Parts: sequence; C-alpha cells; structure tokens
Amino acid sequence: MTPSSAEYHPSRPSTPAAAWSRLLPTSWIAVAAVLVSLFALLPLGFIIWVAIQTGWTSVAQLVFRPRVGELLVNTLSLVILVVPITALLSVALAWLTERSDLPGARFWSGLSVAPLAVPAFVHSYAWITLFPSMHGLFAGVLISVIAYFPFIYLPVAATLRRLDPALEDAAASLGNTPWRVFLRVVLPQLKLAVLGGALLVGLHLLAEYGLYVFIRFDTFTTAIVDQFQSTFNGPAANMLAGVLVVCCLVLLALEAMLRGGERYARVGSGAARTAVRTSLGRATVPCLALPLITASLALGVPFLTVGRWLVAGGAGVWNLDVISLALWQTLVLALGGALLTVAIAIPMAWLSIRRPGPLPRLLESCNYIVGSLPGVVIALALVTVTVRVAMPLYQTVATILAAYALMFLPRALVSLRASIAQAPVELEQAAGSLGRSPLRALWSTTVRLSAPGAAAGIALVGLGITNELTATQMLAPNGTRTLAMAFWAMSNELDYAAAAPYALIMVVMSLPLTWLLYVQSRRMAGR
Amino acid sequence: MKSTHFALTSAALLLALYASSALAQDAKGIVIYNAQHESLTNEWAEAFTKETGIKVTIRKGSDTEFGNQIVAEGKLSPADVFLTENSPAMALVDNAGLFAPVDADTLAQVPEEFRPANGHWTGIAARSTVFAYDKTKLTADKLPKSLLDLAGPSWKGRWAASPSGADFQAIVGALLELKGEAATVEWLKGMKANFTAYRGNSTAMKAVNAGEVDGAVIYHYYYYGDQAKTGENSKNVSLHLFKNQDPGAFVSISGGGVLASSKHPKEAQAFLKWITGKTGQGILRTGTSFEYAVGTGDESNPELTPLKDLQAPKVEASKLDSKKVSELMTAAGLL
Repeated sequence: MTPSSAEYHPSRPSTPAAAWSRLLPTSWIAVAAVLVSLFALLPLGFIIWVAIQTGWTSVAQLVFRPRVGELLVNTLSLVILVVPITALLSVALAWLTERSDLPGARFWSGLSVAPLAVPAFVHSYAWITLFPSMHGLFAGVLISVIAYFPFIYLPVAATLRRLDPALEDAAASLGNTPWRVFLRVVLPQLKLAVLGGALLVGLHLLAEYGLYVFIRFDTFTTAIVDQFQSTFNGPAANMLAGVLVVCCLVLLALEAMLRGGERYARVGSGAARTAVRTSLGRATVPCLALPLITASLALGVPFLTVGRWLVAGGAGVWNLDVISLALWQTLVLALGGALLTVAIAIPMAWLSIRRPGPLPRLLESCNYIVGSLPGVVIALALVTVTVRVAMPLYQTVATILAAYALMFLPRALVSLRASIAQAPVELEQAAGSLGRSPLRALWSTTVRLSAPGAAAGIALVGLGITNELTATQMLAPNGTRTLAMAFWAMSNELDYAAAAPYALIMVVMSLPLTWLLYVQSRRMAGR
Repeated sequence: MKSTHFALTSAALLLALYASSALAQDAKGIVIYNAQHESLTNEWAEAFTKETGIKVTIRKGSDTEFGNQIVAEGKLSPADVFLTENSPAMALVDNAGLFAPVDADTLAQVPEEFRPANGHWTGIAARSTVFAYDKTKLTADKLPKSLLDLAGPSWKGRWAASPSGADFQAIVGALLELKGEAATVEWLKGMKANFTAYRGNSTAMKAVNAGEVDGAVIYHYYYYGDQAKTGENSKNVSLHLFKNQDPGAFVSISGGGVLASSKHPKEAQAFLKWITGKTGQGILRTGTSFEYAVGTGDESNPELTPLKDLQAPKVEASKLDSKKVSELMTAAGLL
C-alpha cells in the first residue's frame, strides 16, 4: 500500500529469537484482528443460524408472502428514487459551490453539509408537524433526499476541489463544449465519490426507522420493529431481517461492481493548478435558487419547526432533571462506545496498512459488511444471543457498547487507516532497535501519530451513537433513556412540544462533529 | 510511557464504572417492565417511591414484546413487576408459569370480573374500544352498527387503525374469542382491503380529526386526553360506542403481575397492592390518563361513560391468545 511497507522484511531474521520478537506484534495484532472480525460476523451467523433452526418450510412461509412483497416494493422504490435524485442534487450543488463563481460559495458549501447535524427522524418530525397529512412514498423520497444528500455532497465536493484542471483544458482545446467537457471528463472522475456516497445513502435508507414511521411509510426496518414489538424475537422478525441483510449485500455488491478498476490519480510532475471557477454570468440568480431552496428545505424547516415547538412549549417543556439525565446517559454511551469502537478497530487498521495481503483484506471486508447492516438486525442478533446463551451480558452496558462497535466499526476503520498510513514505519523500527518491546514500540510511534485519525473516528462514531434509536431501545440496560429515546417517546404521544428540547440538544451536540467533518474534508483536499 | 499507559487504562476503567453507575438500575429497588402509558406509570412510581421509599426503575416497551421477552428470559428475567395495557400479554406470561400468585389482600381490592380466576395477576385499569369518527362528515345513522360492518365494502378506504399496537391486537383477540377463527380471518381480510394503517392510536385519531379518514377503531382515553390538553387533535372528533355486547364494545383490562423470579417479591407485591389501592386508583380518576379505575368502589373520571353502561361483551381475559392473533394478522398481511 505505502512504499515504506515493502522496506520492512520480517522474513530476514538474524537469530530465531529476533525473528520471533519481530513477528510478535504482527501475530498478536493479527489474532486481535481475527477475533474482532469473527465477533463482527456474529449478526450474519445469527441470521443463518435462525434460518436453519426455523426450517425451510417455515422460512418460505414467512418470506414468500404478500406482505414481504409490499415491503420489498416500498424499500426498493425508495432506494431507486432517492439515490439518483440525491446524486444529481449533490453533484449540482458541489459543482456550483466548488467550480463556479456562485456568490457566497463557501457559505453555501457549509450549508450543504449542515443537514447532517439534524438526525433523520428530526427531519421527519419537522415535516410531519408542519404538514400533518404527509405520508407515503413521495414524503419518504422528499425527506430522505434532504436528510441524506450531504453523504454524496461531501465526497463529491472534496474530489471536485482536487481535480487537475489540465485534463479539462486538454479536452476543451480539442474542441469540446463546456457541457461535453463536464460530462466526459469531470463526471467520470467523480464516479468513485458518487458511488461511495450513494452506497452510504442506500444503506441509510435500508436502516432508518424513525423517519419512515412518522410518515407512515413501511420498510423492512419498520416492519421488523413492529414484529419485535409484538413478538420480541419471533421467527417472523428474524426472517424479515434475513431479507433485509440480503438487500444490504446486494447494494454492497452493486457498488463494488460499478466501481471498476480505472485509474483516477493524476500523472505528471508538479502540483495541480487550482481550477478557475466558471463564471455563471446571467445564470447566477437561477443558480442561486438551488442551494437556497435546498438549504431552506433541509435546514429552514427543521429549525423553524423545532423553534416553533420550543416557543409553544415555553419553559414548561424544560424538565431539567429529566433532560440532563438523558443528556448525561447519551454522552456516556457515545463516548464509551466511540472509545471501544476505535480501540478494537486499531489492530485491523494497522494490519491492513502494514501487512496488506489477501487475509487482512478478507478480514477487513467482514467489518465493512457488518457495518452496513441496520441497527435493528444487529440488536435482534445480540438480544437473542445474550438472552439464550450469555444471560450475564443481557441488558448490560457491555452489550449495547458491543452493538455500537459492530454498527460503527467502518467509521473508525476508515479514519484510522488514513492516519496510520501517514505514520512512517521506520519510526516503529527505530523504536524497536532502541530496545522497546514490539508492542511498546508500536504504541510510542504509530499509535500516537495516528491520534488525529483516532480522534476523527471517535467523533464520527460518537455522532452515530448520539442519534441511534432502534438498537438502543432494544438493548439498553433498564432505566436508560437517551436523548433519542426520550425524543421518540414524546413524539409518539404527539407531545411535539415536549420532544422539541431533545431535538434541539441532539442537533447542538451534532453540530461541532459535523463541522469537524466539513473541515477535515476540505483539509484532505489540501485547500 | 508507563504513566500514559496507566492514565489511559485508569481512564477507561473509570469510564466503565461511571457508565454502569449512570445507566444501571438501582440494585435495591424494583424493575418494572412497563407497557402502560409512560406518564401514568411515572405518576404511580413517583408517588409510590415517595410514600414507601422503594426505588422504581422503569423499562418502556409494548405488551406482547415484553410478554415474549419475559418468556425468553425465563427464570433469569431482571423484571420484578410487569404492567400492560391489555390482557393477552399477561395470559402469555401466565401460561408460561412465570407469575407468582398475587397477594390475597391485593386481590381483595379488585372485583372478580377484572382479574383471572387463578389469581396470578390482576387488573389495574381498563379501557373501552370506541369508533372515533369525524363528526363533520358522519351523522348517527351513517355510523357502523357493529365492528364487523367495517370489513364490508361500504367502508372501503374509510377507516383507520393501528394494527402493530397491542391495543388493536387485543381487540382482535376479543373478536377471535367471541366469533371464532374463521370469522376473524374473514374480518381481517376485509380489514386489510378497507383500512389505512397508522402507528399509534393517537396518530389514527389525529388522522380522523384532519379528515384523512372517516373513523378509527381506537380506545376511548385518547380522545379525553387530547380534549383535556388542547383538543387540537380531536376537535372534529366524536366517539361512537358500539354497545350491545358487540366485539367492538370490548373492554380491555390492563394487567399487573409479579414475576415468580423476582428478587424483591415483597416490594413488588407492595407496588401492585399500592396501584390497585385507593391512592393508585385515585390517580386514574384525577390524573390525565382517563383510563377506567377497576378497584372495588373506586370511581373513574366523571367525564367518562360509566363502565357499567358500556354493555361490553363478556370475554375471559385470561383466554385472549396473543400468539394466535399475531399469526392471523401476519398471515393477513397486517404485520
């Protein structure tokens, strides 16, 4: 992966003892990585185990029925409509904010990332209290698009900023119109960013619960929760989860297939020039409408509604004892879960950078696959496993943190990998030759140097946990009430005013993390 | 280096400690698996703790979720007390033999009609099935005479319910008990063709109020609760009572029981006795829940139609079969 990894030769020992001590960290870390990956496979194993236990005839009965067909149609229509619309919107916004002379481009770019700070179910809450009869596919598409488009906007904008304009100049000099240059030169280079973002959006569409409950749009995830609420861990819930897992795997495979193996890095010496922004001229005003409308739908609506309910509720809804307890519990879970997730991601991340090969790649893909599974599936697996065979862990902090780790491992891995790759391996070797034990050498060099990546990972995972609802409800210890749970309980009783403080706190907590993401994506592009 | 290591490890340990103390229940108090409305149980629990000093930890869920959960947890269940909105989940746990008999002086506080004969659990409150309708659209002569009418073609696309909720599933349970499986399957088929699904009774009532549907099969107290607040979700709504021992006049008994596996049986029994006693039932009369009181001699909120005037069908609460109901509803494509 990195050129430096080739310079390290563990297979050239001077003595057997030295060989062993050099292999030691690798083998320890490899064992840790294998253990984490096996643990990550637990939910998948669970689904297969349940399917075998239930028996084929019952499985067929539970899977091949009209209701599952309805859910499949709903879920697929959502994915098929939302993903392309989101991609189009994001590419247009990214081009306007990064490559055109749109007034206030920097401002609009910030506003295009900010909707991430609003949890998806708060978006839905905002719309439903504004238009109470909103429901069905149309509502689902509208709210999903505005809740999730930053997932594509963020990588596309970062890529656009980094593109070498020389390619576009060459295409233009060959007589291509600006449109053709965009379609044939710029767009193909955005493929990876669009696909990666689209995959994230697709997976969120499959996993989201609260957003679709508000607008009465049934998907697999909402149906699984319904089944859970009437049968706990009954076979119908587990089989729906099985179908949902298959949907996730199909999305993953589709993305991998479309990604292809083309080269995207620039060739040539020197640094790429900063692209000249295209002048919009008379199109400026109509072009301004796009970010303006998007921002008012994605930010204006939630802020107005939450504000309106806060005013309507007055001081009465600020039950500080209850709210501060929920805030405290959320913080503890978010921080604990984030630390655990990043800690167990370190061996895998280290291995994939320092010892790349088929085995690490396989292990790593296990982690990504499980990270793509909806929280409801992971929670269902952990509830059943703990209640049947690991009762001492049932309804404990340990189990809920484990669920968070499974759900958010990829977020930690991605952040860690990037910064471990930037830590020179020579430092590890130098520390070893100065007499540190292998693990200590690793600790004092690479682990410390990758601290920024770890911090970003902690932030990303913490953000995920703060806004998590379904798994938390199913797994949390008795007496737990996070912000998301409290928000959900209040809005279910139609007490929208009492729910508003929780919505506000979740948004306020997410804002700095979203800001961090935004800054990081700009820094990665070097500008 | 050692010190960093040490600091990190101790920080992690400290966090784990904090986490368990911040989230775990009080070891001395009781744990309630609460499927009742959160506000009602909170009111009960706060007043009970104030009076007795016994701490209460509440886990929120729904009837049959908890019923099945307790069965899955078996003897190791962390719950001491189980409170529901309807009877089927109580029957589920009782059939698994997981309830301890309720103390005799608690049973003495509740008339026989509101508790099962075996005394393994007791009624703690009751609610009545109603047809909440849009009074700006429907007049008395256009209302359904029976719950069964709603499966007919004239009601296509006109009514709502919350099929995923335990409330509606209890109503289907009563229908099953009163009319048998064949009639229930037939009715559910008609329902699937006719009705619009909402999640939660209050949402269904809100839809009636907004004119999205003509009526909804829900319980009575959602209407009174909203009227007592702002009335903004029920100002166009009126309640129609089916009466005449119709399945639609079903009165559902909310249950309470103590788990046989409870590690604090004395405190758990005390809680059950307290909520079925004068103070606990008084909260039903004066509070915002608008559920019916069931204790001997305890009056319900005067705004409600008295229980005895509802002409409810006779249904043995302990016979309501939640498992069969969820099977039939799953088969009908409602779940």
